[in-house]
Amino acid sequence: MKEPNAMSFHVKYKPEDFMPANEEEKQSQVIMRESVGFWQDGFRRLRKNKVAMVSLFVIIVIMIFSFIVPSFYPYDYKTQIKGSENLHPMQYSEKEIERMDAGEKVFPHVLGTDKMGRDYAIRVMMGSRISLLVGLIATAIIFVIGSLIGSISAFFGGWVDLIIMRIVDIIYTIPDFLLIVLLSFALKDPLAKLAQLPGFGWMQIVGSNLISIFIVFALLYWVGMARMVRSQILTLKENDYVMAAKALGAKDGRIIKKHLLTNCIGTLIVTTTLQIPSSIFTESYLSFLGMGVAVPLPSLGSLASDAINGMITFPYLLFAPCLLISLIILSFNLFGDGLRDAFDPKLKN
Amino acid sequence: MLKYIAKRIGLALITIFTVATLTFFLMNMVPGGPFLSEKAVRTAAQAALEAKYGLDKPLSQQYLTYMKDALHGDFGESLKQRGRTVTSIIVSKFPVSARVGGLSVIVALLVGIPLGCLAATHRGKTLDSVISVISTCGIAVPSFVICTLLLYFLGSKVKILPTYGIGTWKHYVMPVIALALYPTAYIMRLMRSSMLDVLGQDYMRTATAKGVKPFFRLFKHALRNALLPVITYVGPMMAYTMTGSFVVEKIFTIPGLGNEFVSSIINRDYTMIMGTTIFLATLMVVMNVLVDIVYKIVDPRIKLK
Repeated sequence: MKEPNAMSFHVKYKPEDFMPANEEEKQSQVIMRESVGFWQDGFRRLRKNKVAMVSLFVIIVIMIFSFIVPSFYPYDYKTQIKGSENLHPMQYSEKEIERMDAGEKVFPHVLGTDKMGRDYAIRVMMGSRISLLVGLIATAIIFVIGSLIGSISAFFGGWVDLIIMRIVDIIYTIPDFLLIVLLSFALKDPLAKLAQLPGFGWMQIVGSNLISIFIVFALLYWVGMARMVRSQILTLKENDYVMAAKALGAKDGRIIKKHLLTNCIGTLIVTTTLQIPSSIFTESYLSFLGMGVAVPLPSLGSLASDAINGMITFPYLLFAPCLLISLIILSFNLFGDGLRDAFDPKLKN
Repeated sequence: MLKYIAKRIGLALITIFTVATLTFFLMNMVPGGPFLSEKAVRTAAQAALEAKYGLDKPLSQQYLTYMKDALHGDFGESLKQRGRTVTSIIVSKFPVSARVGGLSVIVALLVGIPLGCLAATHRGKTLDSVISVISTCGIAVPSFVICTLLLYFLGSKVKILPTYGIGTWKHYVMPVIALALYPTAYIMRLMRSSMLDVLGQDYMRTATAKGVKPFFRLFKHALRNALLPVITYVGPMMAYTMTGSFVVEKIFTIPGLGNEFVSSIINRDYTMIMGTTIFLATLMVVMNVLVDIVYKIVDPRIKLK
């Protein structure tokens, strides 16, 4: 009989190999971990990122203070309290001391009052509400327009791409300050007329300046978003699944919406989140120059600008809005960075 | 190379032309005019003024006249500062802004690049974290916040620096810090990430294996390639910073171009708006072409098309 060759590849089956598996063997086939989807994976990584979670917490606290607290705060952002002008933080006016002596409870002016006797804490809260609103709404506008134009430009290519990219170049070259000022002057009259119409009464409260800021954002700042989306879709559209969708007769709009934009969702989230602080930045800058929200509505920028003149005597009027605006921008930036690390690992570093 | 530069200059001219045309019609579309704000000016006098500067003619004709003059290098007289040509105003104001802006660019590069490199080489250590905290804060703080805080602490509390005007070197300290903060922080970030990218390349490992000293490895092998993104950013940034930041010039009352530009927009000084816009656009475009050329010098592998 021939010796069995150690190197032989003959498979030798024994009868036991065909027996049903016992419990122990079955265990090895059980999936120990659930499969992790895109969102789950991203959020898990985000939750581990301490810096991002702290900034999210800061953002939520600021949001509570600017959207919820003002509705039951004892003071109003535009009521001028006679006799309590220019109070220092936690200081009471003579009238208020009288009332307190009479046994009434008077809520302290946590941040003092401004030169017109308005409680400063509520003004700062309202100011950050305006700043946050501008940041969020303007970013939503930019997101819609930018991703739409960017994806159209990349998907159709050719002369469509050429024309859109030329427009982008020109918008980059024209000084944005020029456009903002000119547009806000040009839009003032039409917007004032529009505010007279029924159903547009809210525009008077918001002020035509703020609306024209939104329009300016919509017209100007989509370019960065569009470039980002375009560069993503240029590579994505070469994928086989796009070809397959085309072969199955999917319309262009469906391919862009269902296949291309959903595949760059990570980049979209990150770019959008990082757009929020830059919108807030621009708004505060415009308000600082007196081209933002209409009085008496405060914005962090206009509060800082008003406080400059009296900054030696009342420095806290300057510090509060300055600190808050920096904090808001900082935490949105850090949170955006965290989102990027979580959802778009390719962009890391 | 020459062909490429010629093509770029051609494209640049088209961009400048488009920007000028757009600005011209946009600013005329806006209600109000340069002579409306002067209360003393009566209707007759206003008409005379408009006739003198050709503002009574149809818009298309004004446009053609302006463009023809501009092509001959004549940008007209300022409508508000009578008797001064736009060119002379720009020539007198630009150097002030350019000096403050140029200094800030130099500061931003000298601080930003080394710190960015340090952060990259000390990745994950304390130094890296400290530098990223600094750069994140620098990006988050708006320039007006920095300006006012500097003004409060250095100008009013300690009183070691003058708070307005431009004269001795002391006048430059605060505006330069305020202007340089954001670009410095941005360059730090950019430099760190591109340096990390380069340090991970194969040729860096080869250089280490060959026994190249760390200093040469960093500065000769890595820095040159890592500089490319910074160059892309610095070009347009330089154009913006040198033409003056309005906020900084307003807060420190610096008689610069940025201030001039904004007041010309608010006053509808048409010729001044056109002149400064064309100047700024030209500077931007020139910087972009320069960036491309510097690219080619820094990284000869890049093909310019």
